[in-house]
Amino acid sequence: MTVTRGEFRNLLKGLAFLSPWLVGFAAFMLLPIVLSLYYSLCDYNLLQGPAFIGTGNYRGLLNDGVFWRSLRVTMLYAAISVPMGLLVSLGVALLLNVRLRAQPIFRTLIFLPSLVPTIASAILWKWMFNQRLGVINRVLSPLLGWLHLPGPPWLDQSKWVVPSLALMSVWSVGNTVIIYLAGLQDVPRELYEAAELDGANPLQRLLNVTLPMISPVIFFNLIMAIIGILQVFDTPFMMTAGGPNRASYFYTYYLYDNAFTYLKMGYASAMAWIQLLLVLALTGIAFWSSKRWVHYQGK
Amino acid sequence: MTGGRAKPLSRLATYAALIVICALAMFPFLWMISTSLKPDWQIVKSPPQWMPEEFAWRNYKLAVSSESTHFPLWTRNTLIIAILAVIGTTFSSAVVAYGFARIRFPGRGALFTLMLSTMMIPFPVTMVPLFSIFVWLGKHTPFQWLGTSKPLWFPAWFGSAFSIFLLRQFFTTIPDELSEAARIDGCSEWGIFWRIILPLSRPALSVVALFTFMWAWRDFLGPLIFLQRPTQYTLSLGLQTFQSQHGSTPWNQLMAASVLVILPVLVLFFIAQKTFIEGIATTGMKG
Repeated sequence: MTVTRGEFRNLLKGLAFLSPWLVGFAAFMLLPIVLSLYYSLCDYNLLQGPAFIGTGNYRGLLNDGVFWRSLRVTMLYAAISVPMGLLVSLGVALLLNVRLRAQPIFRTLIFLPSLVPTIASAILWKWMFNQRLGVINRVLSPLLGWLHLPGPPWLDQSKWVVPSLALMSVWSVGNTVIIYLAGLQDVPRELYEAAELDGANPLQRLLNVTLPMISPVIFFNLIMAIIGILQVFDTPFMMTAGGPNRASYFYTYYLYDNAFTYLKMGYASAMAWIQLLLVLALTGIAFWSSKRWVHYQGK
Repeated sequence: MTGGRAKPLSRLATYAALIVICALAMFPFLWMISTSLKPDWQIVKSPPQWMPEEFAWRNYKLAVSSESTHFPLWTRNTLIIAILAVIGTTFSSAVVAYGFARIRFPGRGALFTLMLSTMMIPFPVTMVPLFSIFVWLGKHTPFQWLGTSKPLWFPAWFGSAFSIFLLRQFFTTIPDELSEAARIDGCSEWGIFWRIILPLSRPALSVVALFTFMWAWRDFLGPLIFLQRPTQYTLSLGLQTFQSQHGSTPWNQLMAASVLVILPVLVLFFIAQKTFIEGIATTGMKG
């Protein structure tokens, strides 16, 4: 293989332009990942340097009830919020895709909540979820009174807190809606016309034209949800402090506490590596399953 | 529902459904504004009322100037971090994206895949080592890192994968003939980037700047880990400590503070909405 002088010059030029990222990748990504793996095999409390203990942290985690509990809490949240988020945002995007004059206004109004900084939405929803004074229960009270039911204890009871947080997360699906909408607008009109000529009703058109055509977008959003879900931290930290009874003590929350409250940096790093492997495994499963349901247009 | 021109009845149904959805989406905003303007006694009143009986603008004044909040200082801190992150991310990501988009060299594809795959790495994996890296830097450089805002904006100057990806996609749509013509005129690679590609990419650059600003404005875990003194806090972190210490009781003041935190983001969105649309329009015209 001979490299011409022009090619070599291009390589140097290319690397020169890439150099900020190359340096940043090495210093703030690769080094931390390697260090994290090393720490996960160490006893490390920041005050003293890391001391190698082999797989001790991982074995500790296997016997740590709080670890398993936090994983279960996170998975429960995922099981509710991911499907709900995908369905709601897809449904809303379908509605927004109908040609109506007022669509730009609808689109903006539905997008706005996703702009709200987490601290503001956390405070706001904490106020709305308040069992006695919150507006949700007060609006529901005539209905609840008629059914002889008490107002739900939203954030105040172990059974309610995770579904409540998942419900709140639906408020800010605007981003996902916009991504779906972009996908929907790319579906060629001829396909619908052809389907209509063949006598397909709207439901058949949805199932046999729209969904297969936007399946890559659904897949993209699913992958994003998988990556994001294990990192949920801000809302439970701000709204419930992990309570009541650790019922909203999410995975990343326990990881954070291990690292910065108990200064068990090695233990936290082991959790971080398990998290990374879980993300990789879940995306792997998603990719594997995608062969069956994601249809890419022949390009 | 299938992209076509809908029949009158289903149009009506779609309108009705969208109006209900928009009402649900707006309800929390309106309740927040309403609460923020109510006097203390009206907050606990049952049944709840939408209109404040007197407009208690003092809630805003109290939220901004109360002893336990450093609202103006937190705003300043957040702005400094956000602006430095915006400039750093936009500039460095553009440079890197140019390399990925417009220079052909061996290994480019592999490096690009590597860069995309870093988007999958969860922050908790890197946050513990980053913390110890900044401790180490504090000991081995003349600067203090931990307990300052540096860890929050310095890494932004090395490009962010998402922004690089977005800009690369945009740069590849610019016709090659433009670069070739400049090259024949003796323009350097940097000159082409700086004088031809960047000016043509304003819409994409503003999208990156906007996203970075939004992200920095709302970031919570970063400031929580790296900042130490309340005078250095960002708005997110400051308001969190305020609401957790006060058991969330002054709801009207907390709502006022929330309105103030959301306001800049909304203003920015409405200003930049035009840029978004113009950006899409210009790329559409080129294609």
